[in-house]
Amino acid sequence: MDNKEKQILVTIISMVLIFICYSLYIYNKYIAVNFDIVNDFKFWGKAFLILIPVTIIAQIAIHIVFAIINKIVTNEDMSTLSDERDKLIELKGIRISHGIFTAGFLLSMITLVIGMPPYAMFITLFASGFVSAIVSGIFKIYFYRKGF
Amino acid sequence: MRFHADEMTQQELADKTGVTRQTIVAIENGKYSPTLELAFRIAIVFKSPLEEVFSFNSEEELTK
Repeated sequence: MDNKEKQILVTIISMVLIFICYSLYIYNKYIAVNFDIVNDFKFWGKAFLILIPVTIIAQIAIHIVFAIINKIVTNEDMSTLSDERDKLIELKGIRISHGIFTAGFLLSMITLVIGMPPYAMFITLFASGFVSAIVSGIFKIYFYRKGF
Repeated sequence: MRFHADEMTQQELADKTGVTRQTIVAIENGKYSPTLELAFRIAIVFKSPLEEVFSFNSEEELTK
């Protein structure tokens, strides 16, 4: 497995960890204490907005730790060169991610149409963002291994 | 062709063409078709015309 594939795998694993930890934190601190807060739109707005910097900082920290561990174990530096093939695979990954998120967005609108409570929409949006990132990463690894 | 060019390694070819070694591996294994620019750069490194370095099987491509 080359460095780029390892980096993508680290991104996938970190996304899963961040999603699980953040969800558990939000649930235990707010929802478990007062379930009615799920009907408060301000709560969901804050949850989404705080998720962004949390994800960015956590991803940076995890990638730095991974680079250090990789250097110690393999004595190789992480390549910073991103050539045409890397950019093409990145673009394909973005396209897949956008497609899945769009499908998730439409699904979240359907939850409103069929009369589900508003928090179902927010949960669907949250989940579709997570799923799109994971699936995009998986496809990028597939493209690196199998070609296109 | 790398072998005939003073046994050039994949990393050396990658360095001369400005791509990663993995991209050269993918090209050699037929898993990636380079852009025209990269194809020309590779041909220049081997001091050969493009059609000697790369081939295109039109029947196989059309039936895909």
